[in-house]
Amino acid sequence: MHNPYLPYPVRIESVVTESEDRNQKTFKLVFLNPEDEARFRYMPGQFAELSVAGQGEIPIGIASSPTEKGFIMFTVNKVGKVSSHLHNMQEGDIMGVRGPLGNWYPWDTLEGKNVVIIGGGFAFTTLRSSIVYMLDPENRSKYGNIDVVYGARMPGLLLYKEELAAWEQRDDINMHITVDGTTDPNWKYNVGFVPTVTKEKAPSADNAYAIICGPPIMIKFTLPVLTELGFPPDRIISSLEMRMKCGIGICGRCNIGTEYVCKDGPVFTLEKLATLPNEY
Amino acid sequence: MSEIYIAREKLPGIVEQWMGRYRLFGPVFQGQYHEFEQVKQPGAVDLDFVNTKLSPKGLFHPQAEKMFEFTLDKQNPEAGILKEIPRDYSERVILGIRPCDARAFVLDDVNFNTNDIKDPWWVRRRECSTLVGLACNDPCSTCFCTSVGGGPFDTAGLDVLLVDVGDGFVAQAVTPKGEDLLAGIQGDPMPGEAPQKIEDLKKAAEASLGKAFQVESFTQKNMLDLFSDPLWEEVQFSCINCGTCTFVCPTCWCFDIQDEVSEDKGARMRLWDACMFPLFTYHGSGHNPRGQKLQRVRQRFMHKLKYYPDKYGNGVACVGCGRCVKACPVNIDIRQVARLMSDGCVCPA
Repeated sequence: MHNPYLPYPVRIESVVTESEDRNQKTFKLVFLNPEDEARFRYMPGQFAELSVAGQGEIPIGIASSPTEKGFIMFTVNKVGKVSSHLHNMQEGDIMGVRGPLGNWYPWDTLEGKNVVIIGGGFAFTTLRSSIVYMLDPENRSKYGNIDVVYGARMPGLLLYKEELAAWEQRDDINMHITVDGTTDPNWKYNVGFVPTVTKEKAPSADNAYAIICGPPIMIKFTLPVLTELGFPPDRIISSLEMRMKCGIGICGRCNIGTEYVCKDGPVFTLEKLATLPNEY
Repeated sequence: MSEIYIAREKLPGIVEQWMGRYRLFGPVFQGQYHEFEQVKQPGAVDLDFVNTKLSPKGLFHPQAEKMFEFTLDKQNPEAGILKEIPRDYSERVILGIRPCDARAFVLDDVNFNTNDIKDPWWVRRRECSTLVGLACNDPCSTCFCTSVGGGPFDTAGLDVLLVDVGDGFVAQAVTPKGEDLLAGIQGDPMPGEAPQKIEDLKKAAEASLGKAFQVESFTQKNMLDLFSDPLWEEVQFSCINCGTCTFVCPTCWCFDIQDEVSEDKGARMRLWDACMFPLFTYHGSGHNPRGQKLQRVRQRFMHKLKYYPDKYGNGVACVGCGRCVKACPVNIDIRQVARLMSDGCVCPA
């Protein structure tokens, strides 16, 4: 019987400091056993438990796309015991990964649709996975227009800056990068909060779905904008965070109403969330 | 299914016989109360008990258990890689389990053993266990199994049901596993009055329990209406969030996972945990979705009496053992909570 609690051993291939406050680092991980890599088949929106022997496990969204082969990637915010320890780990160190876990953005439903991606701060990880996935030559024709509103407090806190710049150059994705404020005279993009920029850019709701991930305050003020633009609750998709341990719907910790966020989520439509207690 | 009679004085001999063939677990008197444990002496099993203070859930889901081991010794090429630990899954008999507790395992199965994800330790322990239950001739005042879909003679989850008919026990096989267990033992001649005696005992036990509440009167209500009902203010008032109710409950399975390290050896541990504690849901960021006592008290009752039945369509996640009613230091009574959820207070008949 496959043991769903046993992490696959992985080696840290690279560590990149993403943000100038040094709170976010991106870890590229390579499986020690090729058969584990084959078993780790995931879709954008899923997460995994990162395991560090002696420290514990943390649930982190998968930032790489399944179209990127040979590694998996996670951007980790330094918060608690495991993430702080992980931030001090080095290239070549051995750790573990358990997953993929949870559901994913509804890629089957999104085929033939326009996709609006709205992200804030370091919650951009599974959104990066989604963008890379959709832009893959194999997949791009399956989706209509792609609009991305991505904001951070200041330029230095944006994740994946080189990729953002590359996407800005493409004509098959409409990037709306924004910061709350900046003193940089060379800043080429938007200045303003994510809800405001979303309203300004007004991506069409026609045949479109919105995927929104970010801090609660951003989501709170962006949802009314999306409603105004004509997005109904069943076409607004979000991803919840809860404290988790097992990640497989057994330990009971992330329970909200009838749902275990780890197994039945973390991706929910706004329509579904409206039927659940708002304890998240 | 077969049925045999075991004269009272023959029981220790049968226990001894089973001990030769299986690992045997049963209720053992601990000086103040009974607990389930592995029996070393045939005479230690004591079936003259009401119920154990702790539920027997620990037989399948121990309070603390090593999940994996690892070394942190950098010289070791396996450093930092978690390893499985050998476990004893040899056949075992659990003797004297009460019908409510056996039924709890059936309710817990839907959590630990799903079509797509299986908890290997729970599943293997369930597979290697034969459950020999003991019918309740004299339920106690805190019992309410008949209000939640069970009964003092219920066989759900059992492989064999024993009924104490006075001078001996009638053992009824419930499953093929139970059939196999009984096939191995020599019974005594069945007294002619035994079947009638069982009927009478069952009727009397059920009649003594009555109905504490009607499950449908709250499971059919809207989840969000129940969630926002002012009743939780009243229920939570006296609660001190001690977690005793979850500790003794046979259907409280929530757990934590933590690493323990001593020098360069370590283990990943699985430990009982509970929704009564603020740390249970405390995010690394400091945010806590259930930071208030009211929210945690509500979570426990709503999970058992509303979320679980809505999720699985399997009835409420409570078997009416009454342990939480007995153990609560501030006298919170789940039967009263259920009545409040049913639309104000409807007193039992």
